Amino acid sequence: MAQPLTYLKESPSQTAGPYVHIGLAPGDAGFDIYAQELGRDIAGPNAEGTPITVTGTVTDGTGAPIKDVLIEVWQANAAGVYPGAGEVEPGFRGWGRVVPDFDTGQFRFDTVKPGPVMGRNGRLMAPHLNLWLVARGINVGLSTRMYFGDEEAANAADPVLSLIEQAHRRQTLVAGAEGNHYHFDICLQGDAETVFFDV
Amino acid sequence: MTPAEIYQRDRQWHPPTYAPDYKTSVARSPRNALLSLQGSMSELTGPTFGQDDIDPLDNDLIRNYAQSGDPIGERIIVHGRVLDENARPVPNTLVEIWQANAGGRYRHKKDSYLAPIDPNFGGCGRTLTDADGHYVFRTVKPGAYPWRNWVNNWRPAHIHVSVFGTAFAQRLITQMYFEGDPLIAKCPIVQTIPDQRAIDQLVAALDLNATVPLDAIAYKFDIVLRGTRSTYFENRPEGN
Repeated sequence: MAQPLTYLKESPSQTAGPYVHIGLAPGDAGFDIYAQELGRDIAGPNAEGTPITVTGTVTDGTGAPIKDVLIEVWQANAAGVYPGAGEVEPGFRGWGRVVPDFDTGQFRFDTVKPGPVMGRNGRLMAPHLNLWLVARGINVGLSTRMYFGDEEAANAADPVLSLIEQAHRRQTLVAGAEGNHYHFDICLQGDAETVFFDV
Repeated sequence: MTPAEIYQRDRQWHPPTYAPDYKTSVARSPRNALLSLQGSMSELTGPTFGQDDIDPLDNDLIRNYAQSGDPIGERIIVHGRVLDENARPVPNTLVEIWQANAGGRYRHKKDSYLAPIDPNFGGCGRTLTDADGHYVFRTVKPGAYPWRNWVNNWRPAHIHVSVFGTAFAQRLITQMYFEGDPLIAKCPIVQTIPDQRAIDQLVAALDLNATVPLDAIAYKFDIVLRGTRSTYFENRPEGN
């Protein structure tokens, strides 16, 4: 026997369930309770950089839209700075919550395009949004990233995209670009299954 | 400067993504292996919140939606600490909860269970931990309710809990159960967790010392987030 280690164990995850909106976005559950709901404005009123709109759908293994998903976004500002790690514009939270339309499953949110962020070992990461998905049937929140289709050179040099062994799967993390509108579908299973991370 | 790294998540302590007894997970679980990613700024930073973001009443579910009186149900206090795996408190972090009312009905436009909505109960609350990582909520004990999985499944009484920590990679949503509830052992969602010790970690203990006599009974529920790594030696740069 050796000396016991005294670390605690992380609390195990449980699904957020179908009624996650009550807790995290009560307006979407159908009632107003808080003076201000958190996560409704990712970039705030003073954000510099390019305003963008992101749309998409999260689909399950049968191809059906997941209408009860809740997505959290975490991003740097246009200068590539995360709140808490440096100076950002007043009101720039860099974080928000996205709830799709309950009828169609399509989501849409507005923010600003983030700048590149320094990664590990001095390798610059291409602009990206960090996404975290929870829903009924998802036992542990799923982490992924959305990269930008109009950043081909930066994406080609990105240290995280290049970790993906099957080159064709890298495209599952790249949003289609049309001006300042980006479209990003997330597939939990199937030929186009999105790459998810163990972060 | 890169913020501190965190311990890797013990995936064998958590439920697997694919847990066929919880049927909804079958079509909602990725089939490819997760790609392991060492932490960068994107994972090791995270959003922060302050007292300006919330109201003092937000942690009192008995009062925060009351219209004409108190909600029906067993009055309870849920309190505990948010700690990391090093047993250090996590201060000033946002804790959000949501739950069904005493009859097992959620205030949600998609819930059609026949138990009634309580006009005085919203079912959500939020608070920030104090400097020692403590949090407290006052609410009513949620009821058990049936759900569609097998023909006859019942959720044990539970409160959903969402916690942030300091790094986005610590983000966690889980559920709190109540000591002594016989439905815990019967629930396919609880039983997605492979290790009984991990299940026990989600069961709040009856805490008579924290009750308010003649008013509210108490349960204690500590939440543990992934720990921060102490860096005694720098990593050798990759490729060298």
